[in-house]
Amino acid sequence: MKRFVILVTILLFFVLGSGLAAALEVPALKARVNDYAGLLAPATKNQLEQALLEFEQSQSTQIVVLTVTSLEGESLEDYSMQVAEAWKVGQKDLDNGAILLIAKNDRKIRIEVGYGLEGSLTDMLSGRIIREVIVPSFRAGKFDQGVASGVAAMMAAVKGEYKAQPVKHQPRGRDSSVSFVPFIMFIFLITQLGRVRRSLGVLAGGLLLPIFGSMILPFGLITLLLIPLGLVAGFILSLLGSALGAAGAAGGRRARGGFWIGGSGGSMSSGGFGGFSGGGGGFGGGGASGGW
Amino acid sequence: MKILFRLMMVVAVAAMLTGCGYNSLQQMEEGVFRAWSDVESNLQRRADLIPNLVQTVKGYAAHEKETLQAVVEARSKATGINLSADDLNNAQAMQRMADAQGALSGALSRLMVVVERYPDLKANQGFLDLQNQLEGTENRINVARQRYNKAVETFNASIRKFPYSLTNSLLLKLDRKEYFKAEAGAKAAPKVEF
Repeated sequence: MKRFVILVTILLFFVLGSGLAAALEVPALKARVNDYAGLLAPATKNQLEQALLEFEQSQSTQIVVLTVTSLEGESLEDYSMQVAEAWKVGQKDLDNGAILLIAKNDRKIRIEVGYGLEGSLTDMLSGRIIREVIVPSFRAGKFDQGVASGVAAMMAAVKGEYKAQPVKHQPRGRDSSVSFVPFIMFIFLITQLGRVRRSLGVLAGGLLLPIFGSMILPFGLITLLLIPLGLVAGFILSLLGSALGAAGAAGGRRARGGFWIGGSGGSMSSGGFGGFSGGGGGFGGGGASGGW
Repeated sequence: MKILFRLMMVVAVAAMLTGCGYNSLQQMEEGVFRAWSDVESNLQRRADLIPNLVQTVKGYAAHEKETLQAVVEARSKATGINLSADDLNNAQAMQRMADAQGALSGALSRLMVVVERYPDLKANQGFLDLQNQLEGTENRINVARQRYNKAVETFNASIRKFPYSLTNSLLLKLDRKEYFKAEAGAKAAPKVEF
């Protein structure tokens, strides 16, 4: 028992330690304006937030602001790319996102531009926005004005590039439906086999879950882990299968199919739509850097 | 019942075929090719920017002939070397490519240090725009290079892992790919001599 506790403690250290080891972490994407350095007045923040929200609603283009206190020695471009890859601002397939990053103590600014906006918000134009719009205000100590007019210039540059689609939330569901098909087949097969004999269902569960798992996930240790999981799932499904079989014998057969698909569908569609998140846009290092 | 078993067998065989990596290995190799073409198009973009940059600098800093000449020469050498998808497993070809591009990066950064001495040039709008474009392109090259190396790493690791290794040695016979390393000289900041 004592040994077990020590083992768990060591494991916990490893898990927590790996999180702490990263030099400068990408902060959470909380809103369109992420003022971690406390550079902006609340009124400006709200105003920008509202403007960027309206901009996304009409254009589908996502522009996001991030201010950090310090880069902690990391290069501006590398850090900016990490943020872009983590946040995935911009719509998927359109890649129409852009990030305005400001590092307060390093006195550095970067505009990171997604693939889809590189044609309109070019490196040259990004550089000009930094040099001619943002930097003069920052040098005068007017951070609110600098950020607001910088964002306005960015919006003006990319306005009209894209139009918002009337229905936007559809593409998210489509991704999961691909991995959905083997899942339904898995449940169906095991339920059927479990009705015949429970041990058969358990066996099929232990066998099929790793196989289907390796179709979705990379083949490896996780495949082995799926075996006991499959055995348990097989057992439970067999129980349900025989119970439903009894019910099915008494009543309608169609009710069973409906129950299964409805039940599993409910557990999958738990993606939250509240708050703000990136739409899956890609970045390739376009944009410009500057300082004040 | 028998039909059900047969159905299960078909599903299992289909799953095993996808599980052995026949498809995913080829998909990964395709990913390496795609990442490489991204590297190349960014390198090309840099090469396209250079004549304009040289012209602009010449107008203000005509005495920096040597530095400018070095850039022009490094550019023509670098653009002379191209790697097709088949050459990605050729270590020597990749080394030549990396050396030539590294030399160009070095020559360019020396030029950028030299221009610091010309305040007129530094205030020129056209030059500043070009500088932004060049920096943006260098950054894109960097990102594309990292992504290419990551794709290569994934691919090289997969063809050595079981059961993919078996599929590869029996059926596909794909070669491991070479990394595109950043030239040591290009990354180090050039010395400033006054």
